Amino acid sequence: MADLSQQLQEQVLQARAGGEKLNIVGGGTKTFIGREPNLNAGTLNVSEHTGIVDYHPVELVMTVRAGTTLSDIEAVLAEQDQALHFEPPHFRPESTIGGTLACNLSGPSRPWAGSVRDQVLGVRLLNGKGEHLRFGGEVMKNVAGYDVSRLQAGALGTLGLITEISLKVMPSPAASLTLVQDMAMDEVLHYMNSRTAEPKPITAACWVDGKVYLRLAGAKSAVEATAEKWSGDVMEKGEAFWRSVQDMQHEFFAGNDLPLWRFSVGSTAANPAIEGKWLIDWAGSQRWFRGAGELSDMEPLARAAGGQVSLFRGGDRGGEVMHRQPNALKTIQRRVKSSFDPDGIFNPGRLYSWL
Amino acid sequence: MTTKPKISKAELAEQFRTFVDAEYVITDDETMKPYECDGMSMYCEMPLLVVLPETVTQVQRIMRICNEHGVPVVARGAGTGLSAGAMPNREGVVLSLAKFNRILHIDPLARTASLQPGVRNLAISEEAAQYGMYYGPDPSSQIACTIGGNVAENSGGVHCLKYGLTVHNIFSVEMVTAEGDVVTVGSDGLDSCGMDLLALLTGSEGLLGVVTEVKVKLLPTPEVAQVVMAGFDSVQKAGDAVGGIISHGIIPAGLEMMDGHAIVAADDFAGAGYPRDAKALLLCEVDGTEEEVHEHIAEAEAVFRKLGATSVRTSQSEQERTLLWLGRKSAFPAVGRISPDYYCMDGTIPRRHIAYVLTEMEKMSEEFGLRVANVFHAGDGNLHPLILFDANVPGEFERTEAFGASILKMCVDVGGCITGEHGVGVEKIRQMAIQFNDQELQQFHDVKAAFDPAGILNPGKGVPALKFCQEYRSLEHKQHKHEKTEAAHG
Repeated sequence: MADLSQQLQEQVLQARAGGEKLNIVGGGTKTFIGREPNLNAGTLNVSEHTGIVDYHPVELVMTVRAGTTLSDIEAVLAEQDQALHFEPPHFRPESTIGGTLACNLSGPSRPWAGSVRDQVLGVRLLNGKGEHLRFGGEVMKNVAGYDVSRLQAGALGTLGLITEISLKVMPSPAASLTLVQDMAMDEVLHYMNSRTAEPKPITAACWVDGKVYLRLAGAKSAVEATAEKWSGDVMEKGEAFWRSVQDMQHEFFAGNDLPLWRFSVGSTAANPAIEGKWLIDWAGSQRWFRGAGELSDMEPLARAAGGQVSLFRGGDRGGEVMHRQPNALKTIQRRVKSSFDPDGIFNPGRLYSWL
Repeated sequence: MTTKPKISKAELAEQFRTFVDAEYVITDDETMKPYECDGMSMYCEMPLLVVLPETVTQVQRIMRICNEHGVPVVARGAGTGLSAGAMPNREGVVLSLAKFNRILHIDPLARTASLQPGVRNLAISEEAAQYGMYYGPDPSSQIACTIGGNVAENSGGVHCLKYGLTVHNIFSVEMVTAEGDVVTVGSDGLDSCGMDLLALLTGSEGLLGVVTEVKVKLLPTPEVAQVVMAGFDSVQKAGDAVGGIISHGIIPAGLEMMDGHAIVAADDFAGAGYPRDAKALLLCEVDGTEEEVHEHIAEAEAVFRKLGATSVRTSQSEQERTLLWLGRKSAFPAVGRISPDYYCMDGTIPRRHIAYVLTEMEKMSEEFGLRVANVFHAGDGNLHPLILFDANVPGEFERTEAFGASILKMCVDVGGCITGEHGVGVEKIRQMAIQFNDQELQQFHDVKAAFDPAGILNPGKGVPALKFCQEYRSLEHKQHKHEKTEAAHG
């Protein structure tokens, strides 16, 4: 529980003065994401910059230092029957909130409850000039200035060091249960989307190994009445299944022999016709694929499905791993990067080789 | 920043007329007059000219010409904005997107709607209704305001707490950049690789690009919605009741508060049957499945009674629900009836300070000699104080602005912000200096330059020039010295 922002600021100023680069590290559980860290860069470690700065359960808002672990945050929230509704993955107990935002990682509830990006209300950020800036705030609605807070989601720390985050938190649902049934892959997209189009308390929809899993959560009476109406068996250990998907501990994700690709696509788009194993989450919006291949082969498949692809884990991490940008957006992102980090200090080449 | 354009009005019009129908390049004062302001009519300016393109290619060509010659461009939707964000620039072009008014496609299974930017907010829900769906964000101006403007302002509405703002309800935008490129930001997926430019664009008030298409998320229409109305004999008790509901684990679809002045004005106007002697009124809407609403309504009633409500009434029919909301939704025109003019503020505060803020506002009301009525998105802390004034009384608008500035400063002092959903525009540009320091404001300028190196898009709005901030802060410091000590509260 320490505020290390001054030391962190010093370190950035020193790096800038000395013309050095810095790799940002929190709990070190997401080092595999993005391109290979730059070996010539120093380390900017935020893992000791921890602690809950402010939490008012009635406001549904928590402000927390970036190095705080997800487990510590969730333990405090649980005392008030509240939770992080975006269900962030805990790759290991050391996973932090800062890294979760930088990588924009959210769990099975994402299409219904929103992502970590959606729940962010404000950040404090150390930019490449060593300025410690505050954007957004602790209120749900705030349109003063550009939304620099949400801009950080998925930027992999290339715009600066997030030091503090204000987040919307939500009450935990009173009841939840999971329905499971056998279903072929070519039927499941229509099924999951039809269910989502109904005004029922659905909060997760996933397909793997020939089975579709739907989670209902909310008021007890609503959950039970919906389960009565919908097909599928009530699953005994439903929460354990969702936990395994959330933390990517499910067998599907095991092993490093085959690269793991993430397709973020239209929920109803036909599945890319390539041989390999699939896990379909987010009612079709997030599809995981295990199989060898080149990014340039995957991109047209993702585009055809209305979205994008990234090489999430494994494979060649020296090349590009994120869906490539059209020139106009590349230009804008380069300029945005240099507006925050003119000397290119933070996480050089981590998101794209040109950033 | 822009300097004086390097092209004359006549030359510019001539160039536009080579690819836009002559009648849609407007140069005469009489026809341009309706464009001189948006919903914030106290701020007016005549533009150089107005152009109404109807294709994306035309928008591109307009942007390229303006970029080349350093001509400011102010994009405009329905002009319902409340911060003068669409007020023209005297040296510049008003780019009206009124002709981009088509709903391109609704996909009921994927629950999305593809829209041109000039489609009205309410028209989306009306069109989606045939599939049992609607579009979540519902700003008060939804009958007239357009989705392009909603993206520019990150509009909210009464249902934000549960269903989010515009930024939470869009998949992608197609945009023409200041340099005339067409880019799609976002995708049909729920996220995209790289920086989240979609979030950055949403709420950027037309300073970063011109939106030419939007894909939004549709929601299934809830089976049932019911509203509980609770009257209280103090603002404090009503404020506590808001916290009580949320601590109870209920996330209302809408949770609105009105103060005594607003209750009477709205009830006179709408005949909604509000408790006229109450000092504060809460409207708490719960939606969902029949079972869920039944369960939560009973809990909400019990919470309100326990926390000292002097009256509790629950809508028993759709008709009654509409009536109860009618008062709230017509609060602005209702207040308009009891005063020649009113000025609507838009600060946001942490909810726990509601009683303090409203009490202080009453004191200020006396100091400034101006009445104030309050309607409040209590669920998400967004205040809409309505300051009543008469523009025909010399000096009264200036006093109103000063009163408004004091309210916004108080919002920042208790940990809130100067604008929840109306935007900064011209109106609140000075108050940006209270919420942000110079380094933060410079960062905003640098972000803008990344999208618009020549500074042609809506110049002079949203983010103040730093040299003005110093002056404003020192002036503020003198005026509000005594308030600062009081604001140590909380």
